[in-house]
Amino acid sequence: MMKQEWHIQDAKPAVEVKRPMIKIRNLKKAFGDNTVLNGFDLDLFEGENLVVMGKSGTGKSVMIKCLVGLIEPDSGSIEVMGKNIVKLNQVELDDLRTDIGFLFQGSALYDSMTVRENLEFPLRRHKKRYAENFDTTELVTKTLNSVGLAHTIDLMPSELSGGMKRRIALARTLILKPKIILYDEPTSGLDPITSKEIVELMRNVQREYKTSALIITHDVDCARVVSERMILLVDGVNYAEGTFAELSKSEDEKIRAFFK
Amino acid sequence: MINLDDIKSFFIEIGELSYFTNRFFKEVFKRPFETKELLNQCYNIGNRSFLLVGITGFIIGLVITLQTRPTLQEFGAEAWMPSMVSISIIREIGPVIIALTVAGRIASGMGAELGSMRVTEQIDAMEVSGTNPFKYLVVTRIVAATLMIPILVIFGDAIALYGSYIIEFIKGDVSFQLYFNKVFKALEFGDIIPATVKTFFFGFAIGLVGCFKGYYCSNGTVGVGKAANSAVVLASMLLFILDFIAVFVTDIFFNI
Ligand SMILES: Nc1ncnc2c1ncn2[C@@H]1O[C@H](COP(=O)(O)OP(=O)(O)OP(=O)(O)O)[C@@H](O)[C@H]1O
Ligand SMILES: [Mg+2]
Repeated sequence: MMKQEWHIQDAKPAVEVKRPMIKIRNLKKAFGDNTVLNGFDLDLFEGENLVVMGKSGTGKSVMIKCLVGLIEPDSGSIEVMGKNIVKLNQVELDDLRTDIGFLFQGSALYDSMTVRENLEFPLRRHKKRYAENFDTTELVTKTLNSVGLAHTIDLMPSELSGGMKRRIALARTLILKPKIILYDEPTSGLDPITSKEIVELMRNVQREYKTSALIITHDVDCARVVSERMILLVDGVNYAEGTFAELSKSEDEKIRAFFK
Repeated sequence: MINLDDIKSFFIEIGELSYFTNRFFKEVFKRPFETKELLNQCYNIGNRSFLLVGITGFIIGLVITLQTRPTLQEFGAEAWMPSMVSISIIREIGPVIIALTVAGRIASGMGAELGSMRVTEQIDAMEVSGTNPFKYLVVTRIVAATLMIPILVIFGDAIALYGSYIIEFIKGDVSFQLYFNKVFKALEFGDIIPATVKTFFFGFAIGLVGCFKGYYCSNGTVGVGKAANSAVVLASMLLFILDFIAVFVTDIFFNI
């Protein structure tokens, strides 16, 4: 099952055979004396929305940064689409990263560039993916349209609201048409109505771009709407797994604390 | 009182700085060269410091001439003014003061800019999107500073000499031609070459320290302020050390 060719699956998604897009085993990471991850496991299957919940400071951001090679884990294995992240060289890693969209916790828009330049930035290394005389403006406009913000194309990030920034950041990750999107707290710092809009957008993206998504959050409403499966991260390990309905009915003290 | 932890962190910092320098030299000759961003940074540095350097240079020229004049007058040696002033400006005062002024502006600017990019995860975002942020942000800035500081110093020196000429013209009624004739007669290769060479090192140090402090910034917005601040302090200190070495080496080679 692991050795299957990827493009065969892309053509016709099978319901029964679920291909893991991301496979984490026994991930460990400590900063000095501060043990953050202590044997974390995770499988993200093709086409699913997996939510990871955990309290602030439990290492959720550290975990997804390990996934794209921004942080080097102490031990454990991380496979993304069949490739071991830790063993890749720089070129292979950059190639793999084009298939992974990363939405940062604070949006991380380049604040010295306009919205258009922000969206064009990921394209600079990947022009070869497209035709020689490829018109970036069209792609940028199209991607901005899919987050509903085409009119902001010439604005600077400082002129946008928090919710708009989050959408632009999402557009920036979508422009390379990633197969996996990692959302680091997509709704943090936003009011409930804007949060709802972002959640709605995430669902649209999944439909339109057929992505698999790993969503980190501690927003219960967000988790309820987007999750197909959930993992609760407690004390550096996956404490519990299941659907939202299963977990929210649990009697366990630590699990119940998440849903209060 | 000297704190043991301070000494330890001082040496750790030196270690990190040399690692950073090493990485710069490894990456500066590797493709792709971010030429567009390099030119952009050169323009930024020039544009930001142009006026500042002009004003500083002009005041240096005025002050030095005004202060030296009475002393030389006492010996009846006013005729020596242009040569004396030009040598001290070109060799030492111009490069050092202008580099210090620019360090205040450029090193802190780079520290704050890269620092805020670090704490808001923009540098991580760049890395994830397949652009090497070290090449794109750090290498371009250091190279730009190395190229631009010498140009700014030459510009500042010229303005300083012009300021000095204005005082000579007012007080001694010296003509423009006579003044600059004397200046160029007084200056030798042994003055100009080492003074110019050292400004490349000054520029390198300013860019290096500014980027180093910004790139490894942590602790949120507090860290950004600290990065900007300590970049200026460390850059200024490095400038004095480099200047000392430069004077020392010049002394050996040109035996002045
Ligand atoms: N680069 C780093 N150096 C040292 N410690 C770090 C670093 N990054 C994270 N940590 C530590 O790791 C722990 C987990 O941080 P992380 O950012 O992953 O939390 P989180 O689960 O994402 O929390 P939040 O919900 O607030 O975003 C924290 O205690 C933090 O201090
Ligand atoms: Mg986080």
